[in-house]
Amino acid sequence: MYPSRFAYDAPTTVAEAVAILDRNGGEAKVLAGGQSLVPMLKLRFASPERLVDINNIKALDYHRLDPDGTLRIGALCRHEDLEFSEIIKDSHPTLAQAAALVADPIVRTRGTFVGSVCHADPQGDWAATMIALDGRIVAQGPNGRREIAMRDFVSGPFTNALAYNELAVEAVIPPAKGKAVGGYLKLERRVGDFATASVAVALDMNGDVVTRAGCALAGVGGKTIDANEAISVLVGKTLTAESIEAAAEAIADAADPRTDHRGSADYKRHIVKTFVTRILSGIARSEQKAA
Amino acid sequence: MTSLYEEVPAEVPANVPTRRVTVTVNGEKRTVDVEPRLLLAHMLRQALQLTGTHTGCDTTNCGACTVLFDGRPIKSCTMLAVQADGHDVETVEGLATASELHPIQEGFKQEHGLQCGYCTPGMMMASKALLERNPNPTEDEIRWALSGNLCRCTGYQNIVKSVMWAAEKMRAEEAE
Ligand SMILES: Cc1cc2nc3c(=O)[nH]c(=O)nc-3n(C[C@H](O)[C@H](O)[C@H](O)COP(=O)(O)OP(=O)(O)OC[C@H]3O[C@@H](n4cnc5c(N)ncnc54)[C@H](O)[C@@H]3O)c2cc1C
Ligand code: FES
Ligand code: FES
Repeated sequence: MYPSRFAYDAPTTVAEAVAILDRNGGEAKVLAGGQSLVPMLKLRFASPERLVDINNIKALDYHRLDPDGTLRIGALCRHEDLEFSEIIKDSHPTLAQAAALVADPIVRTRGTFVGSVCHADPQGDWAATMIALDGRIVAQGPNGRREIAMRDFVSGPFTNALAYNELAVEAVIPPAKGKAVGGYLKLERRVGDFATASVAVALDMNGDVVTRAGCALAGVGGKTIDANEAISVLVGKTLTAESIEAAAEAIADAADPRTDHRGSADYKRHIVKTFVTRILSGIARSEQKAA
Repeated sequence: MTSLYEEVPAEVPANVPTRRVTVTVNGEKRTVDVEPRLLLAHMLRQALQLTGTHTGCDTTNCGACTVLFDGRPIKSCTMLAVQADGHDVETVEGLATASELHPIQEGFKQEHGLQCGYCTPGMMMASKALLERNPNPTEDEIRWALSGNLCRCTGYQNIVKSVMWAAEKMRAEEAE
């Protein structure tokens, strides 16, 4: 399979990349890890006139914690950088658990966190974690930078809020209010398959009281399901069998699964409930141990 | 220098842009003129005649096209050849020396890690990347590292054993 012809640029600075996007008025596409775009080019689902390869912009290759606990993930941070990261291992359990479940180990050496969020696949894993963690995307255009909250970033399946001349330069995860706990569980038929259903949960705790609760689901709707409202029943409460049950019910209700080759709608909703219960009970158990 | 524009080197329209790329392949600098849309797998197989790298699915699923790119495994059907400019690529042809098989190849021979052999180059390169980071992997770690590589024949058991065999041999060599 051959992609159709395109021109190719590999700028070394963000400013240059943005200038190229700007000059080409919507006919150019950003190439990051290429693990979604190159397959689409080969199938000719996409045939841009020009590719702007950002892999040589070394300044985008990072993920780091600011002194206040804000996590910044540069546009060249690969899935495997997060999988093996010492930085997020303890501070961001939701991301750390998701990292090992995105695609397969070889795809993870190339694919990027930010590229995945930009791709806006309703089944993408990172978009779910971004919603649960209330993340935002920093976009740079010809007139400077702006921040876009994750809940406004994805405007539909495979479409995002970036203008044609904007590059997503980093993802930002705000610091936890208290201690960050959470988890990510995904049911896949085999390694590398997209989620039959997956659940991202991110809680901030003050002692044993939940101060902020975030949740999102992938694979169980036409888009990533924002279940932040549903999980907010936990805010101000402790994690008990009753509060966990109530949250799991509410979140399963927020899912909008369809019956397909991966399973029936009922089955997927059941998985969501089971996964939420499993993540929250796990947190409750380890909090008890710590106390 | 090789020029390659299409599978069949027919008339190339004068307006087709090509780029000159220099890639270190198995330790040797190779310079090729390519169209930006040429995939790395095709550059290796057709322009450089290194047909050890296979393409099985062409949809980024099977891992038969796995090569090492600056030491990390990548699916070469999912990278553009132009992206390899200035980088280091290792293919299965780089494993053996003139007189000796690489321990990974020997392991696949000893433990019957292949049947048709289609997946084997990818399996070996993914194994090499694993053993470079983790010289003493458990069976689970091997299965994890090879989970992006599909095999239609062996049922994987013997592939895992082959990598175990290679790991042991490489550790023994290291100790010498
Ligand atoms: C076999 C296989 C299995 C997979 N399984 C999963 C899975 O289980 N879960 C999952 O979440 N994903 C999965 N993926 C997708 C993978 O995670 C991709 O890496 C990811 O979706 C896209 O990231 P990328 O860096 O490769 O982006 P690219 O493919 O380079 O780009 C994707 C899109 O985003 C745009 N883009 C990328 N970066 C930017 C930027 N900085 N600014 C503006 N636009 C940008 C591109 O123009 C393009 O439209 C799988 C892929 C494969 C091949
Ligand atoms: S040919 Fe590249 S992954 Fe199958
Ligand atoms: S040996 Fe035939 S595909 Fe693996």
